[in-house]
Amino acid sequence: MKFGVITFPGSNCDQDMIYVLEKIMGFEVVNLWHKDDDLQGAEFIILPGGFSYGDYLRSGAIANYSPIMKKVVEHANNGGYVLGICNGFQILCESKLLPGTLLHNNHQKFVCKNTYIKADNNASAINQGLDTSEALKIPIAHAEGRYFATEEMLKEMNENNQVIFRYCNENGEVNAASNPNGSLENIAGVCNKNKNVFGMMPHPERAADMELGNTDGLKIFEAMMNAIQAVV
Amino acid sequence: METVGNQTEVTVETAKELGLLPEEFEQIKTILGRTPNFTELSIYSVMWSEHCSYKNSIKWLKTLPKEGPHMLAEAGEENAGLVDIGDGLACAFKIESHNHPSALEPYQGAATGVGGINRDIFTMGARPVAQLNSLRFGDISLDRTKWLVKGVVKGIGDYGNSFGIPVVGGEVFFDECYNTNPLVNAMSAGIMKADKMISATSYGVGNPVYIVGSATGKDGIHGAAFASKDITEDSMDDLPAVQVGDPFQEKLLLEASLELAETDAIIGMQDMGAAGITCSTSEMSGKEGFGMTIDLDKVPTRQAGMLPFEILLSESQERMLVVVKKGREAEVKAIFDKWDLNCEQIGEVTEGGRLEYYMGGEKVADVPAESLILGGGAPIYEREYREPAYYKEYQKFNIDSIEEPKDLKSVAKYLWNHPNIASKKWVMEQYDSMVGTVNMSTNKPTDAGIINLKGLQKALAFTVDCNARYVHADPEKGCSIAVAEAARNIVCSGGEPSAITNCLNFGNPYNPEVYWQFVGAINGMRKACEKFKTPVTGGNVSFYNQSMQNEKDVPVFPTPTIGMMGIVPDKTKVKTLAFQNEGDRIYLLGEAKNDISSSEYLYAYHKMKESPAPHFDLDEEFALQSILKGLIAEDLVVSAHDCADGGLFITLLEAAMPNNLGFEVNTDSDFRKDAYLFGEAQSRVVVSVSAKQEEQFVEAMAASDVAFTLLGEVKGDSMLVDDENYGKVSDAKAEFESALENYLTK
Repeated sequence: MKFGVITFPGSNCDQDMIYVLEKIMGFEVVNLWHKDDDLQGAEFIILPGGFSYGDYLRSGAIANYSPIMKKVVEHANNGGYVLGICNGFQILCESKLLPGTLLHNNHQKFVCKNTYIKADNNASAINQGLDTSEALKIPIAHAEGRYFATEEMLKEMNENNQVIFRYCNENGEVNAASNPNGSLENIAGVCNKNKNVFGMMPHPERAADMELGNTDGLKIFEAMMNAIQAVV
Repeated sequence: METVGNQTEVTVETAKELGLLPEEFEQIKTILGRTPNFTELSIYSVMWSEHCSYKNSIKWLKTLPKEGPHMLAEAGEENAGLVDIGDGLACAFKIESHNHPSALEPYQGAATGVGGINRDIFTMGARPVAQLNSLRFGDISLDRTKWLVKGVVKGIGDYGNSFGIPVVGGEVFFDECYNTNPLVNAMSAGIMKADKMISATSYGVGNPVYIVGSATGKDGIHGAAFASKDITEDSMDDLPAVQVGDPFQEKLLLEASLELAETDAIIGMQDMGAAGITCSTSEMSGKEGFGMTIDLDKVPTRQAGMLPFEILLSESQERMLVVVKKGREAEVKAIFDKWDLNCEQIGEVTEGGRLEYYMGGEKVADVPAESLILGGGAPIYEREYREPAYYKEYQKFNIDSIEEPKDLKSVAKYLWNHPNIASKKWVMEQYDSMVGTVNMSTNKPTDAGIINLKGLQKALAFTVDCNARYVHADPEKGCSIAVAEAARNIVCSGGEPSAITNCLNFGNPYNPEVYWQFVGAINGMRKACEKFKTPVTGGNVSFYNQSMQNEKDVPVFPTPTIGMMGIVPDKTKVKTLAFQNEGDRIYLLGEAKNDISSSEYLYAYHKMKESPAPHFDLDEEFALQSILKGLIAEDLVVSAHDCADGGLFITLLEAAMPNNLGFEVNTDSDFRKDAYLFGEAQSRVVVSVSAKQEEQFVEAMAASDVAFTLLGEVKGDSMLVDDENYGKVSDAKAEFESALENYLTK
């Protein structure tokens, strides 16, 4: 599987993502540029974290209009895999590849810390190999991460198993105290109806290197790749 | 040159208005052989300001050790010091203040401080990998303080988070001496290939000179001069002297600069910080004795009609001056085009060392570059100094004058809830500490911030330290302690101290008592740096941190912040500060003392503000650190934590909290119990040792001259001192972690 990691001006987790895929997991990765209009044969596209175009207007709002995004939308609509992390998730919501939106955190501050999340179900490639009772320690770092969708949308998403991760405490309990930003229903990540486009606010790539003392994020990537490669 | 912007007749009065002394005005006339015009006078006023020229400090700064076996660029040679860290790599690091702007506009003041210090690093070709900051504010109960804290923290966060470099350490301290003048010191460190340094230099007649990055606006004009005077009620009029930051532009400039560093198309590059185009053109030219002609009409500006002095002095952020090798212009332009950044040729290198600035086709200023800069024509002063009366008074303090409280449990609780001791989580969580995936301290708390060097056996360690209360009580000893504590933090984490950068925050240097503090601090720093073999790689001086309060000039505590870099030779031996296992023995390395001088306990709890610095002996400290390095190298300790603010008890609590492990310890009846638990005598470290290694540990210690005491063991979930229960660790932790937020938001 060949990965494409996009660098928008202001992306700052692109190299971290590439390091995990290439050096830790051993995949082929191509670094795509926002002005490109070719995915260079990448089969799995990742939109990394950061502050694309400064995010002065609204997170992800301008990145949505970059040339590369036209290709990403095409790729997704053809069933290709796309994952957005943090700012990448915000961009995917702006581009309507994912339902809902990400609002300012309820405490109105940027927050960077370890949080716990758990797979809500095993319905999509990204969570199908994970234990739904296991809390995974994955850090967050964002000011606009409060997931919001209308009641109707939420109902549909829940019915379709489109909520991929929820914030929980270290014992796996989903409750108000373990919600770091006021997200509806503790939602930390979602996917589209077809389950080929994923978005999540927590940063699994920051928890993927043994040397940093936490590999819960690697667990997510590995489970996902096992699921995908089993199908292929 | 009676042209644009130079209609004003220049007299000594004009010079004084721009902050120059009458004798400096005379000196300028001698240099030029005529009276300067207004643009030229403006140029001298900023370049000869304290901020740019170091005129009142350089004499003493030169006494600091700057040479070391691993120094690739020494203090003053480049934008930041550069240390060889082996494996073909070098580390550039520096700390800088942004105190004055932050006092007026905390958000932009702090944000642009972060921007400026990072530019100093990447302008050399190094990619920033770690940021730290050292913040000082006034009485936390004041609304102004709360406003400043929130603004500064948000400013640092918004800028640094977007720019994408992790914050791996810092300090936050409150004292009423900072009520008007907060201190905002930002540090950045970067990594580069040792042979790829971009120099801040200019040579080669005919080589084109480019300005790159943001457009130039009217912000920050006379910022350097503003930073070189006291804060008064008129300071709000200086608001335009505060710059506005754009971290997105900075991020683009970073990536473009590092691509540029990979080519060999340029001669030199310098960041535009204080005094903007003026400072960068003169410092780059002055170094090799070349000159420049600069056409100010070519400078991209944000607004029309800017006068020459405004363009020259503007401190608009996110700009660089680049001298390109003739014939390689297209390569350079292509890089900046890729990142959608301005890249305009504004002039070229000339022979003869003169800076000639043109506008509207006419020459608006003509000055010799060398006359403007430090090490060239900029003035150097010796200031008089005098020991203030308080110094001797403080020495008279006797511990017997303080009655020992009956209930030490409530003292402990008071301390872990004190804003200077309580967790800085509310602040730190607003900074991205994990971007870059190199912070090894996230999941393994350490005394210094540890930065992973991916693919290598080693890691880097960084810390910022200064207990300004000690420096105030005794500048020489206090500043030695600041260096020693930084080194101790690095050693406790498994590192080897390498070099320091300093940020010297003081009051008005024309006040002999303030200058006495400055001289004392420099002397103390020199002694400690020589002992630890940590050369001073650079930094900055911030004078004039004082203001009128109740019709009295009140300077801040002398605050020489030390930023230290260390190397962890084997990253598998990074040592955590946290207790790991029940049953591990807890030992104190170093001597207990009957000493509560200048402790938070004495100062805040007993409200006794007049006492000397705590016990400190440089040789004792050195011996302690040497033995600890050996213990860590041989894996004889499980955890190591520096005994600092709040004393032994707080050190134990901090080691207990991360894994919620309690402790049972005994004090020593030879000492007052309050001194034993809360005194801040230096050169002490708390370690935990596994039972099976205890014998080996004791042998190693016994063979050294360093004192060591068995305190007790890691046990249960409560804090037991002499069989008295000080409460559950988890309860203390809940208060410790929420105290600061409660102070700031309630």
